[in-house]
Amino acid sequence: MSLSKVNVVIVGAGAGGGIVAKELAQAGLSVVVLERGEWPHYDNNNDDEMNSQRTPCHGNPFGPDDKRHPRVAIGDDGSSHIVRPSEGGGINAGCVGGGTVSYGAMAWRFMPQDFRLVSTYGEVKDSTLADWPIGYDELEPYYEKAEYEVGVSGDYTNNPNSGPRAKPFPMPAFPMNKEGRLIEEAAKRMGLHPFPVPMLRNSVPYNGRPACIHMRSCVGFACPVNAKAGSHNTVLPVALATGNCQVRTGCVAAEIVVDDHGRARAVRYFDANGRAQEQPADLVVVSASATETARLLLNSKSKLFPNGAGNNNDWVGRNLQGHLYVGANGFMEEEIYEEAGPGCTVGISDFNHGNAGLVGGGLLCNEFIDLPYHFCHNRPPDAARWGKAHKDFQRRHYKHLARLIGPVQEIPNFSARVSVDPVVKDAWGIPVCRLSGHRHPYDLQLGEFMAEKAEGILKEMGATGIWRTGISRSLGLSGGQHQAGTCRMGNDPKTSVTNSHGQLHEIDNLFIADASLHVTNGGFNPVLTIMALAFRVSAGITAGWKGSQFK
Amino acid sequence: MQPTRSESAAQTQPEALTRRTALKLSAAVILGGSFGAGACAGLSRWGRSEPQAYRFFTGDEATLLIAMCEQIIPRDDAPGATDAGVIHYIDRQLCGPYTRHQATYRRGLDAMRQTCARVYQTRFEQLDFKRQTAALWLLETNQAPAEFWSGASQAGFFSLVIEHTRQGFYGSPRHGGNLNYASYRMLGLAYPNPIGQNRYAAARPG
Repeated sequence: MSLSKVNVVIVGAGAGGGIVAKELAQAGLSVVVLERGEWPHYDNNNDDEMNSQRTPCHGNPFGPDDKRHPRVAIGDDGSSHIVRPSEGGGINAGCVGGGTVSYGAMAWRFMPQDFRLVSTYGEVKDSTLADWPIGYDELEPYYEKAEYEVGVSGDYTNNPNSGPRAKPFPMPAFPMNKEGRLIEEAAKRMGLHPFPVPMLRNSVPYNGRPACIHMRSCVGFACPVNAKAGSHNTVLPVALATGNCQVRTGCVAAEIVVDDHGRARAVRYFDANGRAQEQPADLVVVSASATETARLLLNSKSKLFPNGAGNNNDWVGRNLQGHLYVGANGFMEEEIYEEAGPGCTVGISDFNHGNAGLVGGGLLCNEFIDLPYHFCHNRPPDAARWGKAHKDFQRRHYKHLARLIGPVQEIPNFSARVSVDPVVKDAWGIPVCRLSGHRHPYDLQLGEFMAEKAEGILKEMGATGIWRTGISRSLGLSGGQHQAGTCRMGNDPKTSVTNSHGQLHEIDNLFIADASLHVTNGGFNPVLTIMALAFRVSAGITAGWKGSQFK
Repeated sequence: MQPTRSESAAQTQPEALTRRTALKLSAAVILGGSFGAGACAGLSRWGRSEPQAYRFFTGDEATLLIAMCEQIIPRDDAPGATDAGVIHYIDRQLCGPYTRHQATYRRGLDAMRQTCARVYQTRFEQLDFKRQTAALWLLETNQAPAEFWSGASQAGFFSLVIEHTRQGFYGSPRHGGNLNYASYRMLGLAYPNPIGQNRYAAARPG
C-alpha cells in the first residue's frame, strides 16, 4: 500500500533526525519521521536502576527490545554470536529522542585538530585515517546553533584547548561537586587546565523548560522535569508545532526504494501494527545511528545498486568507530559522594592533542553518580566478587570513590564494519546488523597513555588503591553508544559515501544525518557534533530545495 | 499451544475454585500461554495444602538458593541476602524478564545438590558457613565433580547467581528484593530518591 507523497521522510528521531525534522518543517517542507520506538515517558521508566539504559538488567527501558531486535557479532576467533540489545552488541537506544533521552548529555565540540588528523599527524599504518572534508570553522556556526536551540550549559573561561567560539554558552556552567573540585585543584597543581563539563542540560530555566533538579538517577534515565535536553523535548516539539511534521512511532524501516534512475522514491516500512507500508517522498534522510543507518542502506538493493544504496564502492558500513573509554579509579580518605546528579562536573582536555609522539589523545572527566548495582562492577582486578569481602568493599568505598575517565580518539580501519547477516532476521524479517572486525591496535596504545595520565592526577589528588579501567588486552569490536563512521563524508566518491553535506555521492536525493558521517570520531562524546552536522545537512537541503534541485 | 500446568489443574479440580481464584487462574492461563513458559504459571502447584511461596522454585530449590545467596552477601551488622529477600527477586524475574535463565537455574541447582551429596554427603544448606564457602569456591574454579555438570558451566552458573544476587540486594525494592531498602541503608543512600532539594555543596547559598 502506498501512502500519499510527502517532501521528506526521515528515518530515526534521535539526535540527528529531530534536528533535521525541525529545520525542514520550519522551512515549509512536509516531513514524516519514522521511529521504531515510542515517545519516552518518565512514569514508565523512573529511577529504577534495573531499568536504566546503563544497567538494562530487565531489557533496554528506552529500547530497542530484546525480543525483536537481535544482532550478530563476530568474535575474535571468527565465530558468530546472536546478541540481545540489552547485552550490548553496539546498539543505541530506540525511542523518540534516541540516545538523547537517557544519555549523560556531555556537550563537546570536537577540537579543530580532530577534523584534520592526517594533516596534523600524518598517516597511520593499516588505517583509513583521513581529514574531514570540512573543518572546525565550517561547523562552528552549527555547533552554536545546537548549543542555543537544544540548550547547553558551560563556561570555557579556563579551557584554552577548545576551538574559537563566536558566542558564549547560552547558560552558565553547572557547579562542580566535591570530587570535581578536588580533581580541579590537583590538576591545576600539575599545570593542567580543568574546567566545568559543558552539558546539554539546563543549569537555569531555559527555552520553557526548568533547571536541573540534581537527581542521583540521571545518566541512563529520562529526566522527570525535562531539564536534560534531547530531540524529544526540544526540536521535535518545534517541528510538530509547525503543522508540517508527523512523527510515526513503532515504525520500522526496511528499505529505501531506489528506482532504475538511481533516485530514492520512498521508504518501505512496517507500521506499529506490523503492516507493510510504503511512504513516497521527494527526498529521504537517514538518521538511524551509525550501525542502523548502514544496515538500512545495505538492505536497500536495486538495479543500479545491487550491493545496497550508495554502496557501489563498498564503503557503506566500513570504518565503524566508537570510543575506548579509559581512565583510573581510586579512593579518597574522606567521603566525597554528594547526593546530587549528574555528578560529572570537571573536564580536562589537555591530552586531546599535542601528546609527544602520539596521534590524537583523549578527554578525562569525573564520572556520573554511580548507583549501587553498577558500583558492584567498579572494582580493582583482584577484588572479591562475593562474600563478606564484597560487602565490606561496597560499604567502605561507595562514598569515597574518585574516578577520572573519558573517550579515546579511535583510529578508523576498513575491517571494522557493519554488514547485514545472511541468515539472522529481526521480527519483521529484515536482515540484521552483523558487526565484525576490530579496533586499530593504536587505540590500545593511546588508551594506556590516557589511563596513565588519569592515574597521575588521582595520585596528585591524594587517592589510594588506584587502578586503571577500560584497558583491554584484546582489540574487540568497536561501536557502542558512540558508534560512528560507517557512511563517512568526503570529497572523493571512491573513498567516501557522502559529500560534505551528507548527500550520497551516488543518489542525490538521499541524505544522512547522524554519526555515520564522522570521518573520525574525536576524543570527545560525539552528540553535539551529530547535532551540529544535522543542522548543517539541513541547511544544505533547504538551500537546494529553494532551487528545486531535488524535485 | 500446549496446555499450561494450571490449565490441567483447572480441569481436574474445578469444584475447588472460588470465584477469585478462578479469575486469577484464567489470567494465569492467558499469561502462561503468552509467555510460553509453563513453569511460571504461578498456580502450578495449586491444590496442595501448603501455601505457595514461590512462582518458579520448588521449596527445596529455594532453600538451597537462599543459602547460596547468603554466602554471596552474608548478614553481619547489616542485613544479608536472605533478609533483603533476594530469593523473591530472583524468583519473580525468572517468571518475567529472565525466563531464559529458568533452565540454567533448574539444572544448576540440581547439579549443586548432587555435588554436595557426593562431596559432603549432605545438603548445601546444612553445611556450616565455612564449608559452604568452600563448596562455592569449587564451583567458582570449576572443580566440582564434572559428571554432575556435563554441558553446563559451574563457574558460569555461579556467576549468574552472583549477578542476580547483587541485583536483588542493590536494585530497586520494587522488584521484590532490597527489602526495607536494606542496601540503601547500608550505603547511606536516601530513599525514596530525593527530588528537588539536591544541590552540590559548592552551590549552596551561604
